[in-house]
Amino acid sequence: MSLSQEDRPMAAAPLNSPRFSLGSLGSMREAGLIAIIVAMCVAMSFASPYFATWGNVRAMLMSFSVEGIVVVGMTVLLIVGGIDLAVGSVVCLAMVVGGSLFLMGLDPWTASLIAIGACAMVGAVSGFFVTVVGLSHFITSLAAMVIVRGLCLLITKGTPLSLFTLPPEFKAIGQGEFYGIPIVIIIFLAVVVIFDFLLRRATAFRKVFYTGSNEKAAQYSGIKTNQVKFWVTVLCSALAGLAGIVYMSRFGSATPTFGVGMELNIIAAAVIGGASLTGGSGSIFGAILGIGLLSVVTSSLILLNVPVYWQDVIRGCILLSAVSIDHFLHRGRSA
Amino acid sequence: MSDQSVLEIRNISKNFGPVQALTDVSFSLAPGEVHALCGENGAGKSTLMNIIAGILQPSSGNVVLNGQAVTIASPATAQRLGIGLVHQEIALCRDATVAENILMAATNARRAPLMNYRQLNADAQQVMNRLAPIPVSRRVAELSISNQQLVEIAKALTLDCRVLIFDEPTAALTESEAQALFGIIRELKSRGISIIYISHRMAEIFALCDRVTVLRDGRHVSTDRVADMTPDDVVRRMVGREITQMYPPKAQAIGAETLLAVENLVSDDVGPVSLALKRGEILGIGGLIGSGRTELALALCGLTRKTGGSVRLAGQAVDIGIYADAVRQGLVYLSEDRKHSGVFLDLSIAQNISVLDLGKLTRSGLIDRRAEAAQAISLATRLGVKMGGIADKVASLSGGNQQKVAIAKQLSVKPKVIIMDEPTRGIDVGAKSEIHKLLRQLADAGTGIIVISSELPELIGIADRVLVMREGQVTGELTQTITEEAVIRLASGLKEELHHVA
Repeated sequence: MSLSQEDRPMAAAPLNSPRFSLGSLGSMREAGLIAIIVAMCVAMSFASPYFATWGNVRAMLMSFSVEGIVVVGMTVLLIVGGIDLAVGSVVCLAMVVGGSLFLMGLDPWTASLIAIGACAMVGAVSGFFVTVVGLSHFITSLAAMVIVRGLCLLITKGTPLSLFTLPPEFKAIGQGEFYGIPIVIIIFLAVVVIFDFLLRRATAFRKVFYTGSNEKAAQYSGIKTNQVKFWVTVLCSALAGLAGIVYMSRFGSATPTFGVGMELNIIAAAVIGGASLTGGSGSIFGAILGIGLLSVVTSSLILLNVPVYWQDVIRGCILLSAVSIDHFLHRGRSA
Repeated sequence: MSDQSVLEIRNISKNFGPVQALTDVSFSLAPGEVHALCGENGAGKSTLMNIIAGILQPSSGNVVLNGQAVTIASPATAQRLGIGLVHQEIALCRDATVAENILMAATNARRAPLMNYRQLNADAQQVMNRLAPIPVSRRVAELSISNQQLVEIAKALTLDCRVLIFDEPTAALTESEAQALFGIIRELKSRGISIIYISHRMAEIFALCDRVTVLRDGRHVSTDRVADMTPDDVVRRMVGREITQMYPPKAQAIGAETLLAVENLVSDDVGPVSLALKRGEILGIGGLIGSGRTELALALCGLTRKTGGSVRLAGQAVDIGIYADAVRQGLVYLSEDRKHSGVFLDLSIAQNISVLDLGKLTRSGLIDRRAEAAQAISLATRLGVKMGGIADKVASLSGGNQQKVAIAKQLSVKPKVIIMDEPTRGIDVGAKSEIHKLLRQLADAGTGIIVISSELPELIGIADRVLVMREGQVTGELTQTITEEAVIRLASGLKEELHHVA
């Protein structure tokens, strides 16, 4: 009977031109964020004549560019299902180590490379505790946050390092311009473009999604999930280190208390941009929009003369709303 | 007689959407009776017990308790009415102590603001000692599975129950622990407590129970005094079904070539196990849950550590340390738990299919998306995955289509041998029979197929040869006449003297 078609028993389901595009939910969120940012910018340019000036836009871009570099690493780490509370401390460690080595007579480029290497080492140690010992990213990075901050204070003996003797070509990283565009912004855009591309296309980063989406299924597909988690942890710290070096060049100093509380802003940005704390989803572009939104909000509040203490309250509320909306969207979908 | 029943189930039916799980089932429980409930997987035992325990509500029919019709709206209601259920799966607070777990209900009912741990531990230890001398101050997470099961039972004993339901309580217990449990059940019985005892193990039923009720396909088949029955009667009643499902024809000719040869494989949970799979053959592996079938597959594929034994694939000795080695050699494993370890629900169909061998889709470190799409379309089409497009998330598919994606993933590496663990669990009949046909097609085309299944009709319908496992060992092989009775007998360790019936 039906077995006579034994050669083709699995008749093809009707396939209406299979598409191969980005997940629609992710791009919907990004479009939404863009809409909110644009709406706020339009409203603000009416509310404050200063908002739409190049000076203000440049200041905003500068302020979120360096944090943006950290957000990139954090987003990849969130996708794999991890989190890093230590990024603020690690940013500071790069500044303090780079600055101290420079003051000891090393040339600033070598000092910076060593500093970024030291930050990567922090990531490697955290990665070891996560993958080999089996602790959670949360606890490990909480410990790292405190330990690294302590190291920063130890290295500097608690006093800020003054680095005004940095050579001008090194200061150019944080203060210079290239055809009128601050070099900080160029570095930031380069990091964003490269990692956004890699995350979408590179095989190595595809494994990050597999691991974060369902670690057990990834293991049952032959993926060495511990390796993936280890290297993503290292990457996040190394990018925080790079950001620290940019800050060092921009400020010409290294303060051992720099970056306290930065991790919360970074995580908030990535989550607003669509990264899930349970892993498996997130995009660089979304995370950058997230930090862009926070930055526009901060700038608006300043220009509108909102008392500075209100800013954290409002940022927190934005985070809550973004995550709640996401929660309802997901629940609606699974129902 | 019926006036005296503690519990009476009258004409209960239950459907889940279009699926009829129970049809017009009636059954009664006398005071101080141990009543066995038997049936294959899917016969409706768990559904019936969940209705009695208040977890599910019947679609129609009544539950009568001590002569009064009752509505058991929730597990809390069931407890208040004196009905306790010892789950097959362990549901304990892993980080609390044994004592805290055992007396959780009592603690919850206490008025005093502070805990009295001395009292709590003393009370709990007294209950625990009736089963086994497990120190009650230990955390549950530190206990072995069998000890956790004993804690679960002890917890039920503290409730003031008139009806206690045991769902396969001995599945995880050792022989002596099981004996202790039987002692307790007899003692409960002498105190007039009625017990419903669900088990596959005929020896236990015949040693312990007064009456036995058999369910099949959601219907009541028979209720008899155990003294009037033989184990074979029970098994025959459990099985006696008409073949309702069409299976593809068995292998026409099984080749001489051995695709997979396993010698004395040993791991922490299984072994030593030896088996051989011929080209063109579908080998079934049967056995009860916990008999080591999955553990065997995991050890074979390098997903858990094996401590000894050798594996030859298509004549070549292969060294499988980790699963990636197995995949490279052409041995893949389809997980029994689709959602937990089989598919990536929030990733696309294409991304799911390509995960096993990213290397062949990679050009200079980047995923070749055209090749990925081509592979996904070709495999999804071949398996008949019903979808909008290959970029859809797997979460948007039905269970059967998710399973087809999981199988497409296995096929993407053109494996020599596929081990499929419960390949049709939880999917609808149509998709099921498509998957069965696919398995036969693959076998005919020369791929070695091993199917692990708890569903006996499937095992018998699809496999050319069946190995039955029990307690980590292969206890028998069925080749010519594979019957459900024979599988159950080997799986439950029924004695050889009953062999003449088949």
